[in-house]
Amino acid sequence: MTETSSQPIPEKAKPSLFQQLELDMRLLGMIGAFVILCIGFNIFTDGRFLTPRNLFNLSIQTVSVAIMACGMVFIIVTRHIDLSVGALLATTSAVMAMTQTELLPQILGMGLNNPATWAITIVVGLFVGTLIGAFHGWMVGYLTIPAFIVTLGGFLVWRNVAWYLTSGQTIGPLDSTFLMFGGTNGTLGTTTSWLFGLFATAVAIWALWSGRRAKAAHGFPVKPVWAEATLAGIIAIAILGYVYIVNSYAIPTRRLQRMFEARGETMPEGLVVGYGIPISVLILIIVAVTLTIVARKTKFGRYIFATGGNPDAAELSGINTRLLTVKIFALMGFLCAVSAVVASARLANHSNDIGTLDELRVIAAAVIGGTALSGGIGTIYGAILGALIMQALQSGMAMVGVDAPFQNIVVGSVLVLAVYIDIVYRKRLGAK
Amino acid sequence: MQAQDTQKRLSGTGRGSGAPPLVEMRDISISFGGIKAVDHVSVDLYPGEVVGLLGHNGAGKSTLIKVLSGAYQMDHGEILIDGKSVEIDNPRDARANNIETIYQTLALADNLDATSNLFLGREMTTPFGLVNDAAMEAECRKIMAQLNPNFQKFNDPVSALSGGQRQSVAIARAVYFNARILIMDEPTAALGPHETQMVADLIHQLKAQGIGIFLIDHDVHAVMELCDRASVMKNGKLVGTVDIADVTDDDLLSMIILGKQPAQKAE
Ligand SMILES: Nc1ncnc2c1ncn2[C@@H]1O[C@H](COP(=O)(O)OP(=O)(O)OP(=O)(O)O)[C@@H](O)[C@H]1O
Ligand SMILES: [Mg+2]
Repeated sequence: MTETSSQPIPEKAKPSLFQQLELDMRLLGMIGAFVILCIGFNIFTDGRFLTPRNLFNLSIQTVSVAIMACGMVFIIVTRHIDLSVGALLATTSAVMAMTQTELLPQILGMGLNNPATWAITIVVGLFVGTLIGAFHGWMVGYLTIPAFIVTLGGFLVWRNVAWYLTSGQTIGPLDSTFLMFGGTNGTLGTTTSWLFGLFATAVAIWALWSGRRAKAAHGFPVKPVWAEATLAGIIAIAILGYVYIVNSYAIPTRRLQRMFEARGETMPEGLVVGYGIPISVLILIIVAVTLTIVARKTKFGRYIFATGGNPDAAELSGINTRLLTVKIFALMGFLCAVSAVVASARLANHSNDIGTLDELRVIAAAVIGGTALSGGIGTIYGAILGALIMQALQSGMAMVGVDAPFQNIVVGSVLVLAVYIDIVYRKRLGAK
Repeated sequence: MQAQDTQKRLSGTGRGSGAPPLVEMRDISISFGGIKAVDHVSVDLYPGEVVGLLGHNGAGKSTLIKVLSGAYQMDHGEILIDGKSVEIDNPRDARANNIETIYQTLALADNLDATSNLFLGREMTTPFGLVNDAAMEAECRKIMAQLNPNFQKFNDPVSALSGGQRQSVAIARAVYFNARILIMDEPTAALGPHETQMVADLIHQLKAQGIGIFLIDHDVHAVMELCDRASVMKNGKLVGTVDIADVTDDDLLSMIILGKQPAQKAE
């Protein structure tokens, strides 16, 4: 084992345009489906779908499901399922609602808008969510109860624990700082949004470049420069395009006026201020980037995919798959709590039915996004795109005026169709 | 002629020097729901020695070595390494004792590429604690260049590899990490003649480095060629352990089939 010569890397036959870009065909397909959906709805709504206002709303409506879908990818990749995420969202939301409206004011004597209230509330919520998730994971991993059963039980338990915590009542109003984490209450403003957009673009390009450099340093084949540049261009347009859109959604004049009055100032005549990036979308971006790094660049992520691909092999390679299961479900619980912050802040209160049916939306988003229920395959960006497509479908149909029952019929059919297309696509690729 | 061969073989091993064996599996038993898969079996292995494990299908060979590799927990028995009793409760314990295994089922994660499989559970990391894929791929290319120079599919999931290519990956994983004790469960089952010869060369090379090898193989000729001793199992029980130098192919075959020690050894 002392030879050090590397193998020669032969030149392959000239690859096609798409192969050179090394773009995921599935990703392109999903982006294509999303674009067609948007354009279609835009035509049917006489141009009301592709407005800054609607796209802004679409993005804040997607966040809660998208955040949980990111965690669901890891769950499904390891061949498990979590049917309890909607109920867990409700429980953590109830815990946080009670913490900020009852617990903190009564026990610590902190008023609703005390500057520490929101932080303590969120920490408590995240802790409870993580703990419940870890408990699920312990039952799945160590007691070897199938995840389907554990989380089916959890679905009933946590939905009703939430009910008990609040006595079935709607809890509100919530802390004003807490409200900034969802909906239109918290946005970055136009200047910060542009700065963030430029920063994100720079980071993305740096990531592409450093990946290329690492490969080149070992003499591995790299994409042609033009392909890399095209990819960077697409990313830059996507990021900055989104910033442009949310910046051009102007805060309504009356609302702006109230904001100025609250600060004791008068609003200059004819002032137009854009919303900018919603904080909830920022949270989703942070979650997505972090989990993508986790999936691709950490041992934890590597073990998740290895376990999904072949649980026995993972175990024989010395991976503690039981503990891994606990960690994955704990992460799911944590993300449910994050979603609970976003969802209850967007609605400005905790309602009894918060998160209802979210488990199905979340699973559907992950699956439409290319996560294979047989395990081992799935991407974070796919799940987010899946969530976005589902939300676009739902709100587009609502805008067109499709009956509510029929909306669900369409969404259900699309889920089945998407999975079928995925199966056909995989077969043609020759994989599995 | 054969006696000379034996001299040469024995001189390389640590056997007969008075030192304790590298591995000693004493009186191992394990059963699966009433079936005694391994029934009071004892085998040992010295540094630089290759011990063949032979037996018909279902004799208990894989089960026995899975006890050593931590995949199964024995019901009864003791494992000693360098004369000291050790607990091997899981594959991590086995790796900590420098035991590496090529499983009959290969135990690869099909959705990951060769590099990820090679380093699974022992990834190289960057100073920031992230996995260093480029460095690992470079190492993977180096070792594959020795084991299977035709291997090129470094960026495909191993599900896209041929049986022999997958086997090379499994072999690479076992030999890369400086094992002291190597377990090979039918390592050449899916290999072509050329690749099989490369594995034979590899075994000689590892043996020369003082590594002890348990080799499970159905090919009696290969066992005669590569091993110093052979332990034969039948229906979970040990038939006997013989010096390869003292037996012929036919002796081994009759041990496997009849479950009896060859006549001249019975004494
Ligand atoms: N996990 C298990 N559960 C139940 N029975 C098992 C298990 N593993 C092995 N056995 C049984 O133990 C016995 C020995 O099996 P083992 O795999 O050790 O045989 P082997 O000697 O390796 O055979 P082969 O040459 O076919 O690989 C068989 O009867 C088998 O059915
Ligand atoms: Mg076997």
